Amino acid sequence: MSGFSDNIMRLSGRMLSQYPAQRDWDGKLTMAPHPGIIPTFSIVTLSDNVPEQEIMKWNGWGYSDSKFLYNKKGQAEFTGKRYRLSGMIIPGLREWMESTFSANLQHKTPAAPILNSSAVQPPTLNEAFLKELKSTGIPFSHDAEDRVFRSHGHCLHEIFALREGKIGRVPDLVVWPNCHNDVVKIVELACKHNVCLIPYGGGTSVSSALECPPEETRSIVSLDTSQMNRILWIDEKNLTAHVEAGIVGQDLERLLNESGYCTGHEPDSMEFSSLGGWVATRASGMKKNIYGNIEDLVVHIKMVTPRGVIEKSCQGPRMSTGPDVHHFIMGSEGTLGVVTEVTMKIRPMPEYQKYGSVVFPNFEMGVACLREVARQRCAPASIRLMDNEQFKFGHALKPQVSSIFTSFLDGLKKFYITKFKGFDPNRLCVATLLFEGDREKVLQHEKQVYDIAAKFGGLAAGEDNGQRGYMLTFVIAYLRDLGMDYYVIGESFETSMPWDRVLDICRNVKARIVRECKDKGVQFPPLSTCRVTQTYDAGACVYFYFAFNYRGLSDPVHVYEQVEHAAREEILANGGSLSHHHGVGKLRKEWMRESISSVGMGMLKSVKDYVDPNNIFGNRNLL
Amino acid sequence: MRYEVLFEDPMLKKRDDFEDMLEERRNSSDLRYALKCYTPVLYKGLTPCKVSELKQMVLQSDQLGYVITQVSKEKGVTSDEVTGEAAAILEEMAQRLQLSTVRFFAFTLSKVFKTLFRSICINEEGLQRLQQAIHNHPVVLLPSHRSYMDFLLMSYILYTYDLALPVIAAGMDFMGMKVVGEMLRMSGAFFIRRSFGGDKLYWAVFSEYVKIMLKNGYAPVEFFLEGTRSRTAKSLTPKLGLLNIVMDPFLKGEVFDISLVPVSISYERTLEEALYARELLGVPKPKESTSGLFKARKILSEDYGSIHVYFGQPVSVRSLAESRVNRSQFNLIPRHIPTRPSEEILSFVNDSAYRLVRAQEENMVLKPWVLLAFVLLQKQAAEEKQGTALDELTEQAVWLRDLSRQYGAFLHWPDHIPPSEVVSSSLSLHRGLVRISEGRVQLALEQETRGAITPEEELLNKAVVILSCASYRNQALNVFIRPALLASAIHTAASNRKRKTEIYNSFSFLRNMFSNEFILCPGATVQDFEEACYLLVKTGTLQINQQEVLITERGHRTLAFLTSVLDPFLQGYQVVCRFLCEQDGLTEKQFIPAVRKFIIKHLLTGRLRYTEVLSSDLQKNALAALIRLGAVQKIKGYGTLKLNKVMLNSLEDTLGKK
Repeated sequence: MSGFSDNIMRLSGRMLSQYPAQRDWDGKLTMAPHPGIIPTFSIVTLSDNVPEQEIMKWNGWGYSDSKFLYNKKGQAEFTGKRYRLSGMIIPGLREWMESTFSANLQHKTPAAPILNSSAVQPPTLNEAFLKELKSTGIPFSHDAEDRVFRSHGHCLHEIFALREGKIGRVPDLVVWPNCHNDVVKIVELACKHNVCLIPYGGGTSVSSALECPPEETRSIVSLDTSQMNRILWIDEKNLTAHVEAGIVGQDLERLLNESGYCTGHEPDSMEFSSLGGWVATRASGMKKNIYGNIEDLVVHIKMVTPRGVIEKSCQGPRMSTGPDVHHFIMGSEGTLGVVTEVTMKIRPMPEYQKYGSVVFPNFEMGVACLREVARQRCAPASIRLMDNEQFKFGHALKPQVSSIFTSFLDGLKKFYITKFKGFDPNRLCVATLLFEGDREKVLQHEKQVYDIAAKFGGLAAGEDNGQRGYMLTFVIAYLRDLGMDYYVIGESFETSMPWDRVLDICRNVKARIVRECKDKGVQFPPLSTCRVTQTYDAGACVYFYFAFNYRGLSDPVHVYEQVEHAAREEILANGGSLSHHHGVGKLRKEWMRESISSVGMGMLKSVKDYVDPNNIFGNRNLL
Repeated sequence: MRYEVLFEDPMLKKRDDFEDMLEERRNSSDLRYALKCYTPVLYKGLTPCKVSELKQMVLQSDQLGYVITQVSKEKGVTSDEVTGEAAAILEEMAQRLQLSTVRFFAFTLSKVFKTLFRSICINEEGLQRLQQAIHNHPVVLLPSHRSYMDFLLMSYILYTYDLALPVIAAGMDFMGMKVVGEMLRMSGAFFIRRSFGGDKLYWAVFSEYVKIMLKNGYAPVEFFLEGTRSRTAKSLTPKLGLLNIVMDPFLKGEVFDISLVPVSISYERTLEEALYARELLGVPKPKESTSGLFKARKILSEDYGSIHVYFGQPVSVRSLAESRVNRSQFNLIPRHIPTRPSEEILSFVNDSAYRLVRAQEENMVLKPWVLLAFVLLQKQAAEEKQGTALDELTEQAVWLRDLSRQYGAFLHWPDHIPPSEVVSSSLSLHRGLVRISEGRVQLALEQETRGAITPEEELLNKAVVILSCASYRNQALNVFIRPALLASAIHTAASNRKRKTEIYNSFSFLRNMFSNEFILCPGATVQDFEEACYLLVKTGTLQINQQEVLITERGHRTLAFLTSVLDPFLQGYQVVCRFLCEQDGLTEKQFIPAVRKFIIKHLLTGRLRYTEVLSSDLQKNALAALIRLGAVQKIKGYGTLKLNKVMLNSLEDTLGKK
């Protein structure tokens, strides 16, 4: 694998600002800054001259240079150059925000601009551990910024607190292992000196998984896997690749693409989330219909635990050797150890990709269509169904000038008003599609799906709309920061359920959100919307988006949490799962017992007790 | 002791004002009214569909499909045959609501109502709430049931106020009246067989039909929680079958919520007054027939006073179920497979049913005559042959008025009119039941008769009047029942030192004994006791300290009244126990005629004080209570009753302990 020399494949990761390059004890690290991240799907090239310190936001989503703002004319604009939408004016956004949330540009709630280091508690250091760590030569830092950066994921309450400059318990130390053996050393030292380890991958958790337990009295060490980001080998005979677990999704895809391969694993967070994180949370990718979810993609896992290293002795595609130990690892959420290396399936890059979209007269018809597609097992790489509110939201995000964004709605409006009257603009909904494979098969497949859609009143609505739908997935996360500048807070959460309950859960959860907001004193009607994002033989995955204007509330985050809690109760009462792929973390722990039964809890607990009797991996997720 | 925490003061209950809907009918054209533009607010999630489509939806539902397959396997017939059978059931059952029939009724009923009634008063705010509820969620209308009029009246009101017309669950007996049955069907009634115990297919068709209409918001579903018309004007123990069905879509997550709207319909004079009394005395109920209905024409010449209809606060099934029902229990079985409701669900539905019936009771408008009926019946039982002086009657009625108001009764007593006038106008409306001579009032027990009659016939004639009168008194029993149980418990307790625990035990015994007779929510003994104590303390009847209960100086009158409220029932249950003790073998069928004979004998010999114990309702309730308590056992299959005489004897003694 000469093409994959260390120098080429090593990436600096996203955390360059935190990277302790200047520190004297870190003489060995001489990595070139990475020029930028260019995923295949939607992001345009980033120029080389962006200062490293500003690559990532410390108190919001994504890249520092990319954000929504209202310019001097009061028009919404998306800054930066990374995305298709970057540098564009979005004329409809302001009105949508004002009418949906009763938000007002006069009422601003700006974030604290810089981190105030004095707000960060001084680190509790375990000197003996530190001393031995130094002797290993593994880089580390107890700089306040580095610690704060790794103290959170992207739950609303986490970001809200950061914006207000409030810092809770943060890790006392950050270490950057460079390879599997480094991790082994760190874990050994942590066991020896009774230090708490919290593995950190991409930091995109939305389950409070990265929060330091406030009751933890030991020194907490954040184990940042970002330097373990190499593809160690590619096996073209078996179509597998052996990869270090710290690699970030978009880098993995880009590097594989260079050799003509892909994993096809594309979770919405793939710009930032890491392979190890996917394994630890049982991640799911947008194109799982072709490539599978993480559990289908993984062939072999190596994990370092306080008991030693766990791995299988061969790479057979399936084994009957008792319960699959991979399933103790996948979804363990950093409670058992650190995933260091993973062998994954790879596929040749698809010859042809085609986006598509279908408009349905209402959500019910849309769901019926998706169900039929699943029944016939002919789902495209991705098929997603947005409800009416999201359809309108998508409309609001249409940029001013762009040939590619030409008139989803304009065109659409035209044809339903002229030719296909009877589509109620307040009821219709849209499905976005992505087909992949060789050209001929794609076209055939496309026809099959559109034929099914037609049976449910669906009308093909063009490639652009589909493509735009997927692009929006990546910029939507940025919108929350804009909302938070104007008293609007919100988040998304997901679940999975059998087919016969999809409509019931969508309806009831959305209604429950509206009802709870009203009961909890929210002054303005909330945005409560959903979409079906994955289809399976026996059910589907549904995402809910929920946001409201919190003016007039004294503790908006608490209200938000109460409403989300109620929504989750509603999901569970209606037969939905606790999580499809976000995981449990600490946010949803309280429902674990009812979700998997007491015996199930006992099984997991006993594994934890065996593998990590001293709770070295003490993030207290899951159990 | 603090009671405030447990419940609110009934005095503070806020109720809406009434409007007379007949007023406009008297001032404008009925025809124009019947042909008016009717555009009700509909359920926001409604997908409009036709009656025939509705039937198709039922026949094609997964639920019914499952049962059809099951039945066809069990009976060894093709599923097509079973489907045909299901279609026939549905045909027999289904409503065919059409606006033209409703308009016809609107016209006719306007004429009839104007002749019969002085006014029909509605709380319009309740209708506004109902409209809102219909817009937001599927709605179930739950009117009280005292008359055949009830459901026509309901639809009439909803039509008048431009609200969505309901579909109404009606008993099959109406189907006997050919023309009328079909007319009712076209005004929204659907017909259910009275009993279909083990018939899976019937149950499946029926429950699916109701659920589909409800879930889709096709129309509000209306039925009577009490199952049948109450002949005594006391609320009947709620039937759970239909309530179970209409709550199911919420429990299984098929709708976000369902609004249950209790409606209280009170008649100043019931059309069926004497009919009910005769029925309770054993004159069998005439089978409903169209010609029979026309014979009722003489009714048209009488004055039936006013009707009050109160649309209660919609009750959300979701809030009823909150922290009460674990809905995830339905997660593991496909929802179209019929399952027997769990204990948890059954008890939830049962408690909800009681709450709803109580909500009906609370908003029942009581007329002054109801209070007069108390006084007149008590006087009659005390054998004051020469009747009561009008002044005294008025004084007692006013006293009772104040008391009942303190207990939270929804009393419509015109305060701007002198009490004596209120009393005399009430008496004149009910002149068939009272006799006034020389300024003294008594029940009209001596009716004119043709030819010689036996003492037994004479007794039954008297009983008709007494039971008619009791049916008015009964309208207010729910107001007094808890204090009355407490008063009786105090009465039985040892004379001087009234220990609270002893009184509570006695209260609990009585409450348990009478829980088939009155609406007493199962499991709420402590709460009922506290409520009763609260009311009696608040009104200065009792003083209660840590251990003891003291009767105040002015409390004696109230206690005496309250004890006498329960007395006829105590005596009735006692005599049923006595009767059973003297039996050797008895079937359930023989019970009513035999106990009636027994009671008549004792009444004629003067050993019983209350003629009203002749009411078969009381006798049936007593038997049900005794079965529940285990003093009588039904032997399955034979219909015979196995009697535990030791227990019956002891119950009789306890009831008689005074």
